[in-house]
Amino acid sequence: MSARRTSNAIVVGAGIVGAACAEALSRDGWGVTVVDKQFASAGTTSVGMGHIVAMDDSPEQLALTELSIRLWRELAPELDARSELDRCGTLWLAEDAEQFGAVGEKQRVYAAAGIASEVLSGDDVARVEPNLRPGLAGALLVPGDSVVYPPGATLRLLELARARGAVLREGVEAIELIDRGVRCATDTLHADVVVNAAGAAAPSLTPELPIVPRKGHLAITDRYPKFCHHQLVELGYLASAHKMTTESVAFNVQPRSTGQVLIGSSRELVGWDASLNERLLGEMLDRAVELMPALRDLSIIRCWTGFRPATPDKLPLIGAWTPIDGLYVAAGHEGLGITTSLGTARLIADAVAGRASPIEAAPFSPMRVVSSAAEPGHA
Amino acid sequence: MNAIRYECDVAVVGAGPAGIAAAVTAAGAGARTIVLDEGTGPGGQIWRPSVKVGQPSRASAWIERLGRSSATVLRSTSVVTAHAADDRFVLRGESTEGAVEIVCRRVVLATGAHELFLPFPGWTLPNVFGIGGAQALLKSGLNVRGRRVVISGSGPLLFPVAASLAKAGAELVLVAEQATRAAVVSYVASLWRRPSTLVQAASLRASFIGARYQTGTWVSHAHGDDVLRGVVVADGKRTRMVDCDMLCTGFGLVPNNELARLLGCAMHGRFAIVDDTQATSTSGVYTAGETTGIGGVDAALVEGEIAGAAAAGARPSAALLARRNRLARDAELLARTFAPRAEIKCLAKPETIVCRCEDTTLGELDGRWTARQAKLYTRAGMGPCQGRVCGAALECVMGWPSDTVRSPVQPARLSTLTADFSAASKPSSTE
Amino acid sequence: MSDARLEVLVNGKRVEVEPGTTVAAALLNVRVPSFRTSVRGDPRAPVCGMGVCYECRATIDGVAHQRACLRVVEPGMRIDTGSGR
Repeated sequence: MSARRTSNAIVVGAGIVGAACAEALSRDGWGVTVVDKQFASAGTTSVGMGHIVAMDDSPEQLALTELSIRLWRELAPELDARSELDRCGTLWLAEDAEQFGAVGEKQRVYAAAGIASEVLSGDDVARVEPNLRPGLAGALLVPGDSVVYPPGATLRLLELARARGAVLREGVEAIELIDRGVRCATDTLHADVVVNAAGAAAPSLTPELPIVPRKGHLAITDRYPKFCHHQLVELGYLASAHKMTTESVAFNVQPRSTGQVLIGSSRELVGWDASLNERLLGEMLDRAVELMPALRDLSIIRCWTGFRPATPDKLPLIGAWTPIDGLYVAAGHEGLGITTSLGTARLIADAVAGRASPIEAAPFSPMRVVSSAAEPGHA
Repeated sequence: MNAIRYECDVAVVGAGPAGIAAAVTAAGAGARTIVLDEGTGPGGQIWRPSVKVGQPSRASAWIERLGRSSATVLRSTSVVTAHAADDRFVLRGESTEGAVEIVCRRVVLATGAHELFLPFPGWTLPNVFGIGGAQALLKSGLNVRGRRVVISGSGPLLFPVAASLAKAGAELVLVAEQATRAAVVSYVASLWRRPSTLVQAASLRASFIGARYQTGTWVSHAHGDDVLRGVVVADGKRTRMVDCDMLCTGFGLVPNNELARLLGCAMHGRFAIVDDTQATSTSGVYTAGETTGIGGVDAALVEGEIAGAAAAGARPSAALLARRNRLARDAELLARTFAPRAEIKCLAKPETIVCRCEDTTLGELDGRWTARQAKLYTRAGMGPCQGRVCGAALECVMGWPSDTVRSPVQPARLSTLTADFSAASKPSSTE
Repeated sequence: MSDARLEVLVNGKRVEVEPGTTVAAALLNVRVPSFRTSVRGDPRAPVCGMGVCYECRATIDGVAHQRACLRVVEPGMRIDTGSGR
């Protein structure tokens, strides 16, 4: 291999995925430049929940999230206070006997992927999370899951990359991705490797990418320390995340290190309209109260929306984009961008180096959208 | 928790002088009128009733008129969100009893203003109050007997507040006016056009015998362990230490235009742009009082009357319009004369807290950031005050314009945001 | 003005207050060391007196984060300070 120190890489997008790619590439000896049209974490990274979670919507997704969780664990000693890493674990809540019946299978699937979990009875759940409504059938506790403050973690990843010579250029908009380069508004940058990590805006640079903005709402409360202790998700969450066309809400509540409670989640496809949909927000909050009645009396200090970069097959696009020399794509992570940022960066660094990855990389290949012809919809 | 729905013609937000005048006028013109006010009773800030001595007579007269009018007043109710729906507006308010929904044709925003606080070392110590803040707390029953008070601010508001404190038994150690002596003298000289104001000013000035009033002077530093013990006073040449146990400080007023911005009203800086009838750029939304420019009670009353008439579909009289135009000129002179000097905008040190809700210090902020970056990276502005205190300060100190406004414009109970109003419904009652 | 004072509980202790007084003024009058503790642990007390700064937050009758300057005391009211961070 030629001396990497003189080889350059450009990462387009300083969200958590771009920052993670920059960190991984810089560790491999690449001279990295990160460009962002606004500022680090300005896009989806700044508006999401920051959940680091093992998710089993598909075997591929489970493999990528499991790899990522391992990488977050390895990175933990290098994270700073601003990242607010909290190993609170996740409680997947079963409302009734039917959902509780499915918990055992979920545990087996996780175990096969190397993820430890524990089945809790309804009484156990009431004991560890007294603010949940009584009478839940039980839950699956995944203690290895965590919560992080995404802008903080993004800045830390960029800091680690910069310590190895990476450069961050904010307020620089990429206009076109060319062979081994990026044409920006004011100049053209050349590099051996270019990574399109522009999140929901990735299709503006690589139009073939089937990424659409999937809008979500969030609400955050004033400080109520010890109101809840785990990331709380209803087992029905996956059904909500799975449906591509309709709008949906699903219970998802998170304790922040500040003692604030973060309440989600909703999904809808309305283009780029970022305005609050008060009706859908209300439905999301109603659902939250159904599972956690004590939320009713908490003070909500802020509500906002964000766009998850969603793909039709619910897997991100990670790997080489062969029509353009040196171009790689790392985008389309829907609601798992925070978790899988590190796994994504690993796959990208491996692809660039020609190394085998710890997991199968082929399912994530961006070229799959080309080979599946012009299929506009989803499976 | 209650969930009560009201329907009316005109909803007035705020029951200070502007809101009271608007409601009285709208109701008098035949509009079904509802007033929503955060206070425990009408009066706003400047006409806040005092626990001991009640209200000034002009205030009582107007408040009596409000009471006799057909307007419904919802007290202790904060408006948390508002939006347009077809040809109506829907406002949602919250009180300790529950939530209310107001469906109306026209809205008059009379939301007033709050004090501009410019951070300085020690400003977060207990017993450091705003100037309007001290006045409000005094009227709300604060006992200041024997307290040693320093006032550091600017403009005519210093006098009535100092007088109230002195009358309530406080010892006024120092009244520091940051404007130069020349500026104050020229302002007083301009008052000859309005003899009543001059007499007012003179009598207030006289009531300070024994009090120390100094121009070109300001507090640069407050110190104490867990509570205020004293201040450092500066005049640009020297500094000196002054012992005190209460500091009242503030440097002007910031209009409360979150609702106006939420409803899409065009702004000129922080103030709402209005036409001759007090109409904003959003059809059906009017605003009156400090929201359009800092002009005090007289302007608020006139603008309120105009807005109330217009919102009710009546024509404001030519006399009212003329009176308003005269008052606007006075407001400008006041603002120019007493604008905070450069030194006061730079008192904060790197370790000084600039966001009180989240304890973000000045040193954590990078001047090259945008306000949004500061929010995300340091949490400045992410607390319950929703950037009302730090936002105005940082705009002054860092030049950052305010961030976008979103619903809710006040923290709200979750149950308020999900309240179902389809059950109990009330037309505006006539009581 | 009637001389009748009413009784409230401040951090568990009985305190007599003039009717019409706001919770903020009442707490200041009995010299509570702070209304709330800031994020980094500093004592805080009212500043703006008009519901804008949120520094006067206290727990009133078990409900946290109430702006004390906007509430008038009522007989038997339970007021607790120091909880709102």
